[in-house]
Amino acid sequence: MKSITANRLKDGEAVWLDARGAWVTDARRAAVFRSDDEAAAMLETVSRQADVVVEPYAIDVTVEAGTMVPVRLRERIRARGPTVRTDLGPQAALAAVAA
Amino acid sequence: MYVYDDFDAAFVKARVAQFRDQVNRRLSGELTEEQFKPLRLMNGVYLQLHGYMLRVAIPYGVLNSAQMRMLAHVARRYDRGYGHFTTRQNIQYNWPKLVEIPDLLDDLARVEMHAIQTSGNCIRNTTADPFAGAAADEFVDPRPYAEIIRQWSSLHPEFSFLPRKFKVAITGATVDRAAIKVHDIGLKALRGADGEVGFEVFVGGGQGRTPMIAKKVRDFLPEEDLLSYLEAILRVYNLHGRRDNKYKARIKILVHETGTEELKAEIEAEWERIREGALKLPKADVARIAAFFAPAGLAERPDAASKLATERASDAGFDAWVSRNVVAHKVEGYGIATISLKAVGEIPGDASAEQMEAVADLAERFGHDDIRVTHEQNLVLPHVGLDDLKAVYDALVEAGLASANAGLISDIIACPGLDYCALANTRSIPIATRIAERFADAERQRLIGDMKIKISGCINACGHHHVGHIGILGVEKKGQEFYQITLGGSAGDETSIGAVAGRGFSEDAVIDAVEGLVDFYLTERRDAGETFLQTYRRLGPEPFKGVLYGAQ
Ligand code: HEM
Ligand code: SF4
Repeated sequence: MKSITANRLKDGEAVWLDARGAWVTDARRAAVFRSDDEAAAMLETVSRQADVVVEPYAIDVTVEAGTMVPVRLRERIRARGPTVRTDLGPQAALAAVAA
Repeated sequence: MYVYDDFDAAFVKARVAQFRDQVNRRLSGELTEEQFKPLRLMNGVYLQLHGYMLRVAIPYGVLNSAQMRMLAHVARRYDRGYGHFTTRQNIQYNWPKLVEIPDLLDDLARVEMHAIQTSGNCIRNTTADPFAGAAADEFVDPRPYAEIIRQWSSLHPEFSFLPRKFKVAITGATVDRAAIKVHDIGLKALRGADGEVGFEVFVGGGQGRTPMIAKKVRDFLPEEDLLSYLEAILRVYNLHGRRDNKYKARIKILVHETGTEELKAEIEAEWERIREGALKLPKADVARIAAFFAPAGLAERPDAASKLATERASDAGFDAWVSRNVVAHKVEGYGIATISLKAVGEIPGDASAEQMEAVADLAERFGHDDIRVTHEQNLVLPHVGLDDLKAVYDALVEAGLASANAGLISDIIACPGLDYCALANTRSIPIATRIAERFADAERQRLIGDMKIKISGCINACGHHHVGHIGILGVEKKGQEFYQITLGGSAGDETSIGAVAGRGFSEDAVIDAVEGLVDFYLTERRDAGETFLQTYRRLGPEPFKGVLYGAQ
């Protein structure tokens, strides 16, 4: 399974493509493509959005409890933020919600 | 320190305006990322995992307090409250927004700072002995020469598209605190028989995936020939460096493949052609630049040493800090104070905006407005009166910057690794913090003595692992983080490249492995004066491998 990610051009934030084709900063809302072909086709489309995001690419993901979880550690860190500064990155907002 | 002239100031301002225009054209879609990327890199803007990263040049690691305050302002206004001081004596910001970077650069320009040539295949910031102008063992202050090299290399049209990046380091002291032999060019300033300045020249050192120690090509290059000789080296490299393979493109590979003697002959031939030309350094110009680095005008402090002795006797924490973090100054009554950015549990090299401001205040009040960044990711106040050290220390305690661990096992170099870096295989910061925590006991650290642990999250070796007494390199295996240990590396004097000990360890196991090595050293050392590195060199790798992997 795949999701599509990129960095937002204007501020560099890591973003994921959601099911409506919008770029969102919350990786849990990322669309999950069951087939590689489907993901590749979508990547082709969004690669033309050069004034919105930088270098979009597809990542391997699994689904746990209904939400997307990246397979590689690199992508998990992108989705949450630095493991050594849990007060920064998307994880900070999640912690604030949980608190 | 050097002060911009009108040309410098106008140039930097114009460059920011140009970049602002480029950013606007990128945002409007007029420029593609492919077109924009080389432009942003020329201005120090990378794209990392969580966003853009901006690398700001700190020429030869020298800052005044106004500049340090500006770095704090940038951290607060444009970033998330902190910055990361690097082994290249620069600072990196991890979270700037592209749309705001032109404003950020305008702010930096107000204190004569910029991010030009902090990336790309050009001559990068020249690094220097962080104790320059202060060290008791110094023969020649390297800063004027570093500045001369900066002026020559900034936007040098011939050398803006080299086969690969190019790094020069310079020292002028007995002890090499600038790791000159692991740079593309290493310079050691010396005095000749009549007191004249010259340079010992080394070429072809480097780390990365193929670490090499630089080869000496000149015993004593006359001062006036510095730039023509550098130009000759760069020209030969630019012509013959391998552009076909980025892993073989550094000058170290050219030196290695061509042979030192043959390459040296080519350099000398080119040099003979140009040495009497425009690059000859007139004495007057050297003197004009050197005047910017005139000694700080340090007044005598006859009672300073005795006041210090009394204060040390009454405060054990202060005493420990002075013995580790303060070294002799060339002027009696003064010391060189290292401010450790390695508090246990903290990220090596990171400083908050508040900490930067605290250091700026101290430099202004007690340090002749002079601050240095070291390649070991610490800060230095190079000229502090011995009788002011207590006040400095107390303020550092307040700011969380008083760790008395300079050169000890918790004074670890670590690259950003997978927590930030897009090229990383593994994280490196958590390894550093966990090792520091494992050895948190200050008494135990002092017992172990001098120890350099250096950690990189991939083979690019930004964390200098090749020259760590214990080096740690992150490697990914089947999606898992593993850490390979190298032993016996050393930067500076008697430079050596560490040897890989064997297969990698998991994150947990590598912490235990380091502890095992240290405990073994403690039982084997001849006496408390023999350092880990000396014991390793005496015993050889086998017994240490035995500790890691059991008897083979
Ligand atoms: C996070 C973004 C960074 C990127 C993308 C990056 C990239 C690289 C690359 C590709 C190399 C290998 C060059 C070669 O072998 O030709 C390298 C080497 C190096 N980098 Fe970095 N680096 C980064 C951060 C840092 C930091 C934070 C430091 C300082 C702590 C640093 C200091 C160095 C040093 C000292 C070397 C080895 C010396 C040499 O060039 O031989 N880098 N870097
Ligand atoms: S060594 Fe590798 S992981 Fe570490 S900063 Fe350099 S490129 Fe990134």
